[in-house]
Amino acid sequence: MTRLLLVFLFLFPAISHALDIEIVGGAAQQIPIAVVPFNQPPGVSPESVSTIVANDLRRSGFFRLLETRGVATQPHELSEVKYPEWSALQAQALTIGKVEPSSGGHVKVTFRLLDVLKQSQLAGMEFDVAPTQLRKTAHKIADIIYEKLTGEPGVFSTRITYVNKTGKHYSLVVADADGGSPQTVLSSTEPIISPAWSPDGTKLAYVSFEKKKPVIFVQSLTSGQRYVLANFKGNNSAPAWSPDGKRLAIVLTHGGNSRLSLINADGTGMQPLSSGSAIDTEPDWSPDGKWIYFTSDRGGSPQIYKISPLGGDAQRVTFEGSYNVSPHVSPDGKWLTYIRRDSGKFQVAVRELASGQSQVISDSTQDESPSFAPNSRMIIYATSVGNRGILSVTSADGRVKQRLSEMGDVREPSWGPAAN
Amino acid sequence: MKKMLGLLFIMSILAACSSKPVKEETKAAPVPPPVAQAQTPPPAPQTQTTPVEASKAEVNPLTDPNNILSHRNVYFDYDKYVVKPEFQSLVEAHSKYLMDHPSARITLQGNADERGSREYNLALGQKRAAAVKQAMNVLGVQDKQIETVSFGKEKPKALGHDEASWAENRRVDLVYPGEQ
Repeated sequence: MTRLLLVFLFLFPAISHALDIEIVGGAAQQIPIAVVPFNQPPGVSPESVSTIVANDLRRSGFFRLLETRGVATQPHELSEVKYPEWSALQAQALTIGKVEPSSGGHVKVTFRLLDVLKQSQLAGMEFDVAPTQLRKTAHKIADIIYEKLTGEPGVFSTRITYVNKTGKHYSLVVADADGGSPQTVLSSTEPIISPAWSPDGTKLAYVSFEKKKPVIFVQSLTSGQRYVLANFKGNNSAPAWSPDGKRLAIVLTHGGNSRLSLINADGTGMQPLSSGSAIDTEPDWSPDGKWIYFTSDRGGSPQIYKISPLGGDAQRVTFEGSYNVSPHVSPDGKWLTYIRRDSGKFQVAVRELASGQSQVISDSTQDESPSFAPNSRMIIYATSVGNRGILSVTSADGRVKQRLSEMGDVREPSWGPAAN
Repeated sequence: MKKMLGLLFIMSILAACSSKPVKEETKAAPVPPPVAQAQTPPPAPQTQTTPVEASKAEVNPLTDPNNILSHRNVYFDYDKYVVKPEFQSLVEAHSKYLMDHPSARITLQGNADERGSREYNLALGQKRAAAVKQAMNVLGVQDKQIETVSFGKEKPKALGHDEASWAENRRVDLVYPGEQ
């Protein structure tokens, strides 16, 4: 297996350092692609659009980025492309483009994706955007290339959330899927855990200990306004949005037992869902809304079960091993990712729901909180290196892994929904 | 004692004040306004429940190192929430104290070691606190005197990553009002 070690550092004035990225592994079949550095005048943006595009494609594991510097012609226009030079490089696809000043302080970004063998254009687009939108535009271009060449939607324009602990300080952060443009949306001296995206990506539910006990809040990412979703006696935790965004499954501890409840997104209409004296926690809805997967120790050890949001009996889902927790269903409804403990190692597992076949896909030992990307092809999770929390992203088959790390202690990642 | 309570009061105000949302740094950053946040009022020192019987004893039995009531930790096995026999006398002593002082209140704070899921550990800490409460209820302590809370693995007392630290963190703390 090829071993790539790449570190990119994006720096942003006035915001915290972005995550460093480190990639390990590679897909078996990688598409050789050349991304010619775009013609971008200096001063437009500190970031190179074509570099962001190339990094996105490389990180996905589906592409082999070819070195373009040795090629005689560096085209930016279709008329400048000499195809034989690129077939000599064994490129299957070629990306060219340019960034130019436009009216009203905007910039115009033009790009083309070309099929080298057929000598034809696969995609071409022009964007007229504010300079602050260049990163976003670059991710969009990478998404278009990814979809054209793999047949599946890309996730480079999506966002992630995570909690960063620095000393005794906790920050809830929202960032691009590559860790770029991190924005702190909440800062506290008390722990923050379990952030969960609303299905439309406009809100986060999370658990904050700022009232000296776990209380669930919902916060708008557009206005920054927030409200208490649940502050019942005891613990309020583990929020999970229903697919229609109208309700959440949460965990309350009436009388000491952690049980599943349902609550409207405005905090009204709380009703208990599960009962009994065991631990029930970590609910997660199937995308069709028919099931809520959750962790329970009702069978003597923590295992994953599913229950209808209408109530009724729970069905056990995992049987192998003595500790299976933190279930998350893939957006296409076909897979379940969770944490399995085996021989003292806590690792990310993926289970095909139809066949019940599962496999461990991580090689670390202290993994937590796995969740799928919106295209169901990648999983983000928290792990630990040298006793410091970092985030890791893996292809759903475990073949390609990248590490996102940052100063501090990073945990509780959650991958946001598809970008609009 | 009063001075200490005053100090605690000030400290809790400071603690409450330090939990504030980040001020907007860039226009684009959606940061919550400093409302509905850090409104945690500092717990008023409830002197009326401070169980010192000044006329009889100069020493507070809850803090007297020679008194079993000064012992406040119940430890648990990994992934378990059963109160072990060696903590029975501790639970009994505090139960007797609470029954002798019906106005006294106690908070049972459950904790877990750092291994595994945060939410599962939060539930585990709650179960541990509930197990101590159950043991106290059986001995006759009223429900209204006991509050249970869990910090899961979020507030480890021991910061190491070894069995000794993990064992220290699988714990329920017995806390009386005004203490922390």
